[in-house]
Amino acid sequence: MSHQYDYIEMKFPSSAEYVGLIRLTLSGIFSRVGATYDQIEDAKIAVSEAVTNAVKHAYNEDEDGNILVGFAVYSDKIEIIVSDKGQSFNYEEIKSELGPYNEDDNVNYLREGGLGLFLIDTLMDEIVVRKDPGVTISMTKYIDESQVHSDGETISNR
Amino acid sequence: MNINISTEEKKDEYIIAMSGELDVYTAPELQEVLNPIRQDGSHHVKIDLSDVSYMDSTGLGIFVGTLKDLNKHGKELRVTGVSDRILRLFEITGLRDLMHINESSEVE
Repeated sequence: MSHQYDYIEMKFPSSAEYVGLIRLTLSGIFSRVGATYDQIEDAKIAVSEAVTNAVKHAYNEDEDGNILVGFAVYSDKIEIIVSDKGQSFNYEEIKSELGPYNEDDNVNYLREGGLGLFLIDTLMDEIVVRKDPGVTISMTKYIDESQVHSDGETISNR
Repeated sequence: MNINISTEEKKDEYIIAMSGELDVYTAPELQEVLNPIRQDGSHHVKIDLSDVSYMDSTGLGIFVGTLKDLNKHGKELRVTGVSDRILRLFEITGLRDLMHINESSEVE
Protein backbone atom coordinates (compact mmCIF):
# COMPACT_ATOMS: atom_id res chain seq x y z
CA MET A 1 0.00 0.00 0.00
CA SER A 2 1.41 3.34 -0.95
CA HIS A 3 1.33 6.17 1.55
CA GLN A 4 1.65 9.88 1.06
CA TYR A 5 3.98 10.59 3.91
CA ASP A 6 6.78 9.19 6.01
CA TYR A 7 6.10 9.13 9.70
CA ILE A 8 8.88 9.51 12.26
CA GLU A 9 8.14 9.29 15.95
CA MET A 10 10.32 9.76 19.01
CA LYS A 11 9.70 9.53 22.72
CA PHE A 12 11.72 11.68 25.09
CA PRO A 13 11.82 11.95 28.86
CA SER A 14 9.89 15.04 29.96
CA SER A 15 13.02 16.99 30.78
CA ALA A 16 14.32 20.34 29.59
CA GLU A 17 17.68 18.92 28.56
CA TYR A 18 16.14 17.13 25.57
CA VAL A 19 14.61 20.18 23.91
CA GLY A 20 17.85 20.92 22.07
CA LEU A 21 18.04 17.37 20.80
CA ILE A 22 14.50 17.62 19.45
CA ARG A 23 15.52 20.80 17.57
CA LEU A 24 18.52 19.02 16.07
CA THR A 25 16.30 16.19 14.90
CA LEU A 26 13.84 18.65 13.41
CA SER A 27 16.66 20.40 11.54
CA GLY A 28 17.71 17.12 10.00
CA ILE A 29 14.22 16.16 8.91
CA PHE A 30 13.44 19.61 7.48
CA SER A 31 16.78 19.88 5.67
CA ARG A 32 16.17 16.54 4.04
CA VAL A 33 13.03 17.77 2.28
CA GLY A 34 14.59 21.04 1.18
CA ALA A 35 13.15 23.45 3.71
CA THR A 36 14.65 26.94 3.73
CA TYR A 37 16.71 28.29 6.60
CA ASP A 38 13.80 30.45 7.78
CA GLN A 39 11.33 27.57 7.61
CA ILE A 40 13.67 25.42 9.69
CA GLU A 41 14.26 28.17 12.25
CA ASP A 42 10.52 28.93 12.55
CA ALA A 43 9.73 25.26 13.09
CA LYS A 44 12.56 24.92 15.63
CA ILE A 45 11.05 27.66 17.76
CA ALA A 46 7.52 26.27 17.38
CA VAL A 47 8.48 22.74 18.40
CA SER A 48 10.58 24.06 21.28
CA GLU A 49 7.64 26.09 22.55
CA ALA A 50 5.38 23.04 22.47
CA VAL A 51 7.96 20.84 24.18
CA THR A 52 8.80 23.56 26.73
CA ASN A 53 5.13 23.78 27.57
CA ALA A 54 4.94 20.03 28.03
CA VAL A 55 8.10 19.92 30.17
CA LYS A 56 6.78 22.67 32.42
CA HIS A 57 3.16 21.66 32.81
CA ALA A 58 2.52 18.03 31.95
CA TYR A 59 4.00 16.30 34.95
CA ASN A 60 4.69 17.04 38.59
CA GLU A 61 8.33 17.43 39.51
CA ASP A 62 8.52 14.06 41.23
CA GLU A 63 6.77 12.34 38.35
CA ASP A 64 8.58 10.67 35.46
CA GLY A 65 6.88 11.21 32.14
CA ASN A 66 7.51 11.19 28.45
CA ILE A 67 6.94 13.57 25.61
CA LEU A 68 6.11 12.22 22.24
CA VAL A 69 7.19 14.02 19.09
CA GLY A 70 5.97 12.86 15.71
CA PHE A 71 6.85 14.14 12.25
CA ALA A 72 4.61 13.38 9.29
CA VAL A 73 6.71 14.26 6.27
CA TYR A 74 4.68 14.96 3.12
CA SER A 75 6.06 16.11 -0.21
CA ASP A 76 4.95 19.70 0.39
CA LYS A 77 4.60 20.00 4.15
CA ILE A 78 5.67 18.62 7.49
CA GLU A 79 3.24 18.11 10.31
CA ILE A 80 4.74 17.98 13.80
CA ILE A 81 2.80 16.51 16.67
CA VAL A 82 3.87 17.07 20.26
CA SER A 83 2.00 15.10 22.89
CA ASP A 84 2.69 15.40 26.59
CA LYS A 85 1.34 12.00 27.49
CA GLY A 86 3.99 9.57 26.52
CA GLN A 87 1.94 6.77 25.10
CA SER A 88 2.63 5.98 21.50
CA PHE A 89 -0.25 6.92 19.34
CA ASN A 90 -1.70 5.97 16.04
CA TYR A 91 -1.06 8.93 13.79
CA GLU A 92 -4.17 8.39 11.64
CA GLU A 93 -6.29 8.09 14.77
CA ILE A 94 -4.91 11.27 16.36
CA LYS A 95 -5.32 13.07 13.08
CA SER A 96 -8.98 12.18 12.85
CA GLU A 97 -9.57 13.17 16.47
CA LEU A 98 -8.00 16.61 16.16
CA GLY A 99 -10.82 19.02 15.49
CA PRO A 100 -10.59 22.22 13.48
CA TYR A 101 -8.71 25.12 14.95
CA ASN A 102 -11.02 26.54 17.61
CA GLU A 103 -10.06 30.15 18.15
CA ASP A 104 -11.85 30.53 21.49
CA ASP A 105 -10.10 27.50 22.89
CA ASN A 106 -6.72 28.72 21.91
CA VAL A 107 -7.19 32.21 23.30
CA ASN A 108 -7.89 30.69 26.70
CA TYR A 109 -4.90 28.47 26.31
CA LEU A 110 -2.76 31.41 25.36
CA ARG A 111 -3.55 33.15 28.62
CA GLU A 112 -2.26 30.20 30.57
CA GLY A 113 0.71 29.46 28.40
CA GLY A 114 2.02 32.96 27.75
CA LEU A 115 3.84 33.65 24.52
CA GLY A 116 4.54 30.05 23.59
CA LEU A 117 1.35 29.17 21.78
CA PHE A 118 1.17 32.60 20.23
CA LEU A 119 4.58 32.03 18.68
CA ILE A 120 3.61 28.58 17.43
CA ASP A 121 0.50 30.03 15.84
CA THR A 122 2.47 32.85 14.23
CA LEU A 123 5.42 30.81 12.99
CA MET A 124 3.56 27.77 11.66
CA ASP A 125 1.00 27.58 8.86
CA GLU A 126 -1.55 25.44 10.68
CA ILE A 127 -2.01 24.59 14.33
CA VAL A 128 -4.49 22.40 16.16
CA VAL A 129 -4.59 21.93 19.92
CA ARG A 130 -6.33 19.09 21.66
CA LYS A 131 -6.50 19.07 25.43
CA ASP A 132 -7.92 15.72 26.43
CA PRO A 133 -6.20 13.52 27.48
CA GLY A 134 -3.10 15.60 28.09
CA VAL A 135 -2.19 18.26 25.59
CA THR A 136 -1.51 17.43 21.96
CA ILE A 137 -0.36 20.16 19.64
CA SER A 138 -0.29 19.53 15.93
CA MET A 139 1.48 22.08 13.78
CA THR A 140 2.18 22.15 10.09
CA LYS A 141 4.78 23.97 8.03
CA TYR A 142 4.45 24.06 4.28
CA ILE A 143 7.67 23.58 2.40
CA ASP A 144 7.99 25.59 -0.78
CA GLU A 145 8.34 23.00 -3.51
CA SER A 146 10.41 25.32 -5.66
CA GLN A 147 13.15 24.90 -3.07
CA VAL A 148 13.49 21.23 -3.85
CA HIS A 149 15.47 20.05 -6.83
CA SER A 150 14.01 17.30 -8.93
CA ASP A 151 16.53 14.86 -7.52
CA GLY A 152 15.64 15.82 -3.99
CA GLU A 153 18.90 17.62 -3.35
CA THR A 154 18.34 20.46 -0.94
CA ILE A 155 19.35 24.08 -1.28
CA SER A 156 21.56 23.72 1.77
CA ASN A 157 23.68 21.15 -0.06
CA ARG A 158 24.64 23.46 -2.87
CA MET B 1 24.16 22.27 23.68
CA ASN B 2 25.09 24.58 26.45
CA ILE B 3 25.41 28.21 27.24
CA ASN B 4 28.32 30.29 28.44
CA ILE B 5 27.71 33.51 30.28
CA SER B 6 30.23 36.18 31.16
CA THR B 7 29.55 39.24 33.28
CA GLU B 8 31.52 42.44 33.23
CA GLU B 9 30.87 45.36 35.56
CA LYS B 10 31.38 48.82 34.18
CA LYS B 11 30.73 51.97 36.22
CA ASP B 12 26.93 51.93 36.17
CA GLU B 13 26.26 48.98 33.93
CA TYR B 14 26.58 45.22 33.88
CA ILE B 15 27.43 43.75 30.52
CA ILE B 16 26.29 40.18 30.20
CA ALA B 17 27.50 38.28 27.15
CA MET B 18 26.12 34.88 26.26
CA SER B 19 27.02 32.25 23.75
CA GLY B 20 25.06 29.16 22.84
CA GLU B 21 21.37 28.39 22.89
CA LEU B 22 18.96 30.15 25.23
CA ASP B 23 16.02 27.85 25.93
CA VAL B 24 14.16 26.21 28.81
CA TYR B 25 17.22 24.11 29.62
CA THR B 26 19.83 26.87 29.71
CA ALA B 27 17.61 29.69 31.01
CA PRO B 28 18.21 28.91 34.70
CA GLU B 29 21.90 29.74 34.23
CA LEU B 30 21.03 33.18 32.92
CA GLN B 31 18.44 33.66 35.69
CA GLU B 32 21.09 32.87 38.26
CA VAL B 33 23.31 35.63 36.92
CA LEU B 34 20.50 38.14 36.47
CA ASN B 35 18.53 37.63 39.68
CA PRO B 36 20.86 39.46 42.09
CA ILE B 37 21.36 42.26 39.54
CA ARG B 38 17.59 42.63 39.09
CA GLN B 39 16.96 42.75 42.83
CA ASP B 40 19.82 45.11 43.53
CA GLY B 41 18.76 47.54 40.80
CA SER B 42 21.89 49.66 41.10
CA HIS B 43 23.14 49.14 37.54
CA HIS B 44 21.87 49.32 34.02
CA VAL B 45 22.09 46.01 32.18
CA LYS B 46 23.32 45.29 28.69
CA ILE B 47 22.80 41.79 27.36
CA ASP B 48 24.90 40.83 24.37
CA LEU B 49 23.30 38.16 22.20
CA SER B 50 25.92 38.24 19.41
CA ASP B 51 26.86 34.62 19.98
CA VAL B 52 23.42 33.28 20.80
CA SER B 53 22.39 30.93 18.01
CA TYR B 54 18.92 30.12 19.28
CA MET B 55 16.34 31.78 21.50
CA ASP B 56 12.61 31.33 22.13
CA SER B 57 9.87 32.64 24.45
CA THR B 58 11.80 31.48 27.50
CA GLY B 59 14.42 34.12 26.72
CA LEU B 60 11.80 36.73 25.91
CA GLY B 61 10.19 36.05 29.29
CA ILE B 62 13.48 36.63 31.10
CA PHE B 63 14.02 39.91 29.30
CA VAL B 64 10.50 41.10 30.13
CA GLY B 65 10.98 40.26 33.81
CA THR B 66 14.38 41.93 33.89
CA LEU B 67 13.05 45.02 32.17
CA LYS B 68 10.23 45.32 34.71
CA ASP B 69 12.60 45.02 37.69
CA LEU B 70 15.16 47.43 36.28
CA ASN B 71 12.55 50.04 35.41
CA LYS B 72 11.34 49.95 39.02
CA HIS B 73 14.78 51.22 39.95
CA GLY B 74 14.98 53.65 37.08
CA LYS B 75 17.54 51.49 35.26
CA GLU B 76 17.58 50.44 31.66
CA LEU B 77 17.87 47.16 29.81
CA ARG B 78 19.68 47.11 26.50
CA VAL B 79 19.89 44.07 24.30
CA THR B 80 22.63 44.10 21.69
CA GLY B 81 23.98 41.84 18.97
CA VAL B 82 20.47 40.65 18.13
CA SER B 83 20.44 38.65 14.90
CA ASP B 84 17.69 39.04 12.31
CA ARG B 85 16.17 35.77 13.40
CA ILE B 86 15.97 36.73 17.05
CA LEU B 87 14.91 40.29 16.19
CA ARG B 88 11.92 38.79 14.42
CA LEU B 89 10.79 37.25 17.72
CA PHE B 90 10.97 40.63 19.45
CA GLU B 91 8.97 42.10 16.59
CA ILE B 92 6.13 39.61 16.37
CA THR B 93 5.63 39.65 20.13
CA GLY B 94 5.58 43.44 20.24
CA LEU B 95 8.59 43.56 22.56
CA ARG B 96 10.82 45.42 20.17
CA ASP B 97 9.20 48.75 21.05
CA LEU B 98 9.42 48.07 24.78
CA MET B 99 13.17 47.67 25.09
CA HIS B 100 16.37 49.06 23.66
CA ILE B 101 17.43 46.58 21.04
CA ASN B 102 20.60 46.90 18.98
CA GLU B 103 20.86 50.56 19.97
CA SER B 104 24.32 50.37 21.48
CA SER B 105 26.82 52.90 20.21
CA GLU B 106 29.60 50.53 21.15
CA VAL B 107 28.95 47.84 18.58
CA GLU B 108 31.98 45.61 18.39
